[in-house]
Amino acid sequence: MTSVQPVYLFGTCLIDMYYPTAGLDAAALLELCGYQVEYPLAQTCCGQPAYNSGYTKESYDVAAHTVRLFSQQNYPLIVPSASCASMIKHEYPSLLARQSELSRLANSLAARTFELIDFIADLLPFDQLAKQKEQTVCLHASCSSQRAMPVADRWREVLSSIPGVSLLEPEDAAECCGFGGTFAVKSPVLSNTMTKDKAAKLLAGGPDCIASGDCGCLMSLGNHIKYLHGHDPCLHIASILANAFGVAHEE
Amino acid sequence: MKSEFDRRIALALADQELRKNFKGAMHFLRDKRLQAIGDPQIWENMRTEGARIRENVLNHLPELLEQLEANCQKNGIQVHWARDGDEANHIILSIAQKHQVRQVVKGKSMATEEIELNAFLAEAGIECLESDMGEYIVQLADEKPSHIIMPAIHKNKQQIHELFVNKLNAQGDPNDVDRLIGVGRSILRDKFRQADMGISGVNFAAADSGTLCLVENEGNGRMSTTAPPIHVAVMGLEKVIPSLNTLSTLLPLLTRSATGQAITTYINMISGPRKPGERDGPTEVHLVLLDNGRSAIHQDNDMQSTLACIRCGACMNHCPVYTRIGGHAYGSTYPGPIGQVITPQLKGLEQNAALVSACSLNGACGEACPVKIELPSLIRRLRERVAKTNPQNSLSERWLWSIWRWLNIHPRIYHWLTRCASWLHWIPVAGPKSWRKERDFPQLAANPLRHRMRIRKQQTKKAGPDD
Repeated sequence: MTSVQPVYLFGTCLIDMYYPTAGLDAAALLELCGYQVEYPLAQTCCGQPAYNSGYTKESYDVAAHTVRLFSQQNYPLIVPSASCASMIKHEYPSLLARQSELSRLANSLAARTFELIDFIADLLPFDQLAKQKEQTVCLHASCSSQRAMPVADRWREVLSSIPGVSLLEPEDAAECCGFGGTFAVKSPVLSNTMTKDKAAKLLAGGPDCIASGDCGCLMSLGNHIKYLHGHDPCLHIASILANAFGVAHEE
Repeated sequence: MKSEFDRRIALALADQELRKNFKGAMHFLRDKRLQAIGDPQIWENMRTEGARIRENVLNHLPELLEQLEANCQKNGIQVHWARDGDEANHIILSIAQKHQVRQVVKGKSMATEEIELNAFLAEAGIECLESDMGEYIVQLADEKPSHIIMPAIHKNKQQIHELFVNKLNAQGDPNDVDRLIGVGRSILRDKFRQADMGISGVNFAAADSGTLCLVENEGNGRMSTTAPPIHVAVMGLEKVIPSLNTLSTLLPLLTRSATGQAITTYINMISGPRKPGERDGPTEVHLVLLDNGRSAIHQDNDMQSTLACIRCGACMNHCPVYTRIGGHAYGSTYPGPIGQVITPQLKGLEQNAALVSACSLNGACGEACPVKIELPSLIRRLRERVAKTNPQNSLSERWLWSIWRWLNIHPRIYHWLTRCASWLHWIPVAGPKSWRKERDFPQLAANPLRHRMRIRKQQTKKAGPDD
């Protein structure tokens, strides 16, 4: 038996607290692709909320903690969120630039940081999938997945590769869902309005579920839809894939 | 604490007609731009070149401005430097008074909006008539522009019809847009003949030839700058470019981004007053170089790229906040993302702290910017300054982030707390009321991922000790 390659899984704070199933499904998919998942228990948040709010010093310390934690080994760092992945890959190097040792570690970590779906898209054994139940999935391409960490096409690719899935795209697909991290707290009226508009467009085609790879968006959209209709049709793409491959975590 | 801006946001969001007007207009503009930019790779190359040209300008701004001044003077253009809006207004007033000007006709200019020139000249008994149709409508309605390119974009044709009926006694079919425009045009046509002075903005000023470039679609810019005997051009000092050669990149970037046009109907190249033997054109041309806070931005390395802006308005057309609330809600001359960046720098960060919060950092503006200004990064940097310096920034917010920081670098306590929160189904940071107004409050999972991964690992070890 060939030795399995280890990867780090960064669960992200939102998945940790609100969507742990998505994290377990991410781990299962990585294992399905032949990786050994290392989940350092001392991981917390990537620091983005403070960074985007202008609390750079606070963010710096949290980023430094994360960088040190994931620098113990040179494993690839897999992040089931385009937004958090982008923070580590694109913001850490400049945020931590002023301290030479941290800067070196941050650059090394940035180079081996990957968004989950992008990392596994080519490795998943889609050819082994039997026809599944018919379902329509409407994709919410988060802003990070379109711009800072352009993986939205990979999301489309994997979802369309599941037999039985018809993929829908909402009107104004490129527009923000209104979550924006602390934006939802600091400008709640604007945030609410944007979420409401986005949810209506995502639901317009009557999909069975709404999929995204960023739990911030899912949290905002899901809780709005739940408020309106009493149920939350939002799922992380990892959970849809894990279901299709029969490795989903069962409650 | 609710800011004035928050109050205006709430009002704008409640105005269904306004929201409909903006939604329609912004979709239209975005689609037109997309059609006009064509091949994405060619467009991307143009943006890169445009960004390089503008960066180069900012690297050589003082030299370029001196060169522009010298070459304008060679061409017979009188150049004035204005430290701030007040100085610019007084310069323009003194030119007007020297020639006993009673009536001014204006081409579209955001710089003169910034310094509130119309109101200033009105106080001195000089009437300033806006000749750009959008500006004219806004002036008739006693409002301010809601967009830097389309000043009256917040109004639909019915509203404009009503305005023309009330103010100009216009009659006829409210749906006939051409007729409406015709009403305005016929009034303006006489004013062009009567005006003693024309005032315009400047889109680009070429340093090596002393040429002022002005783009427009209505011909009013050409009329304002050629029919009256005196022409005064007002430009923010960042609008200088090294030479007309750079226009082959900058003009198509500007027109495609602004109105989705490959080229505008009129491109005016103004290189001096009427020469002996010439039969038309103004006898005097003045250029007012407006600083009004721009030098300070230029000195500020982190924020300097603010001045790369060529005022196309694409950032606002693509901003999910602007397209919902419109320009007036911002309460500043420049709305949308570029306004959120400029206004705090020109008018003070403390008074405009709320502006920089109203952004989800989605990145659509930066992606649309034809000269690649990293608007989201600039907004984030301003937030950093608000966090550091703004006394209005509540102590409780600082405390929250301090606690957040401490918890996130003490994982054992962090995880013990999230575990407790999960058990109690309660998190000590209450969501704002407005989140809960139309959203359920997020439910904490019964067991956080960390806990489940720990159990998962133990189970794997038990299941396969020989692995």
